[in-house]
Amino acid sequence: MTSVPLPVLMPALPEILLAVGAMVLLMIGAFLGEKSTSTITGLAIALLVFVLGLLVVAPPYGTTFGGSFVLDSFARFIKILSVGGSAIAIAMSIGFARAEKFDRFELPILMVLATVGMGIIVSARDMIALYMGVELMSLALYVIAAFNRDNLRSTEAGLKYFVLGALSSGMLLYGASLIYGFTGHVGFAGIAASIKANGAGVGFVFGLVFVLAGLSFKISAVPFHMWTPDVYEGAPTPITAFFAAAPKVAAMGMFLRIVVDGFGPATAQWQQVVVFIAIASMTLGAFAGIGQKNIKRLMAYSSIANMGFALVGLAAGTAKGVEGVILFMTIYLAMTLGAFAVILSLRRKEGMVEDMSELAGLSRTHPAVAWSLAILLFSLIGIPPLAGFYGKFAVFGAAVEQKLWTLAILGIITSAIGAYYYLRLIKIMFFDQPVAAFEPMPMEQKVVLTGSVAFVLLFVVFGNPLIEASARAAKSLF
Amino acid sequence: MEDLLREYLPIVVFIALALVIGLVLLVSPFLLAFKKPDAEKLSAYECGFNAFDDARMKFDVRFYLVSILFIIFDLEVAFLFPWAITFGDLGWFGFWSMMAFLGVLTIGFVYEWKKGALEWD
Repeated sequence: MTSVPLPVLMPALPEILLAVGAMVLLMIGAFLGEKSTSTITGLAIALLVFVLGLLVVAPPYGTTFGGSFVLDSFARFIKILSVGGSAIAIAMSIGFARAEKFDRFELPILMVLATVGMGIIVSARDMIALYMGVELMSLALYVIAAFNRDNLRSTEAGLKYFVLGALSSGMLLYGASLIYGFTGHVGFAGIAASIKANGAGVGFVFGLVFVLAGLSFKISAVPFHMWTPDVYEGAPTPITAFFAAAPKVAAMGMFLRIVVDGFGPATAQWQQVVVFIAIASMTLGAFAGIGQKNIKRLMAYSSIANMGFALVGLAAGTAKGVEGVILFMTIYLAMTLGAFAVILSLRRKEGMVEDMSELAGLSRTHPAVAWSLAILLFSLIGIPPLAGFYGKFAVFGAAVEQKLWTLAILGIITSAIGAYYYLRLIKIMFFDQPVAAFEPMPMEQKVVLTGSVAFVLLFVVFGNPLIEASARAAKSLF
Repeated sequence: MEDLLREYLPIVVFIALALVIGLVLLVSPFLLAFKKPDAEKLSAYECGFNAFDDARMKFDVRFYLVSILFIIFDLEVAFLFPWAITFGDLGWFGFWSMMAFLGVLTIGFVYEWKKGALEWD
């Protein structure tokens, strides 16, 4: 009898804890009913914070499940970001969900389950594990996009996201099957070895393009971005904040791992694809954002453009580039969460407002909020010495090092064009006549906004450990 | 080639048997059964659907829920069969994998039960 030995479970401990925790919370919710919502939300945040602490202190490292799951310092770094982002997003959703009356206990549980999926995709070292993680993450995200199910736009967002997400999963699977057919492997190491030995044939490149298309959907890079503005606008705002933060970072982590780890020897092949996606995302994000009136749609185009900037670093295909992408995504996460803390506080007695013109005169009605948002917007533009500048500097620097001049120059031009809509928002806040004041900002959003602004302002002083950590994380991938 | 085809002989026998049994069950009532139709006997079954109707009709969303819940547990059984056959080779890894899978399913089952998804009214 050839018995299969039990695998080592330690590298997957964060995911196992989150999954078991989510199921325990589900049982608590099922037995106690709706009145347990606030308890479960608190417990979910506590669970995420505990796992975050575990990820920070645990000496991780190692492969398990026959090489298809790895916890290296790259996975650890991205997981810390996405677990932290999820915890903050859950915290920010409490007040909003209660006010809009969709505070059901399933919401934090689904967000925890999505986080499990994020953990799996950044650790996956073969196509099957990758696909499983992607589906676990995406299915939870489809449901929470439609979480405010009595709201027409929320259900529309959920349905659109589901249909397009299913399409992208199909493309990912088709590409994976082609790659398996032409290389004979599903594991990233096997795929890389096979390309090295036999070269990248047409069949493999075909599969590669399909896989990259499927992944581009998940990070909302052009030309697979169509769902982003509608889903961002339709989904309840705290859920939009969640979408823009943690899953984006995790999906970018998965993108990095698969192209570097799996398709490393075929860099010349995927590089052209990534260069194209990067240019298209930056350009569309910059130009399409100009005409937007809804602030959530604006954030959607802003995130598309930012994904383009991040991919510029990846296009370099070097450890330096990957380091730049990791740093950029860290800073992007902090800025996005801060910006959404402000958007979430735009509440009057009649309800939420999402129109940009409603921000008029915010500097006089809520000066602290207006200044904070202005700092975040300047950081998104990339004005030194704010954090956003260093993120962009890292990715463009890596591209220039690889002599990708066109890419870097186009990046800077689109960055300047994109500055228009950020600056217009600042103009509306500081120079337009005030409309009515908003309700005071809830505590949790104040904390998130303060943290985010502090991060952006102080990065210039305290950023070094972060840069070193992302360099270490990038090295573990090569 | 002959040998290869011969391996498939049981399947051919199986298909033939299935065909014969199916046809016999379909045809024999016409020849043997006692026939006395009335309005109640000819009306639709209790589920409320006419047997022959336009496919694009409204139906109660609860049918959909029940069928989805059914599919989940149907698939579970589909996973259990190959697992049971290779159980001897899989050892403890196989055992615990399946226990984890069944555990997750049970959690889902308890949840749907408590939420009242299994009650018709």
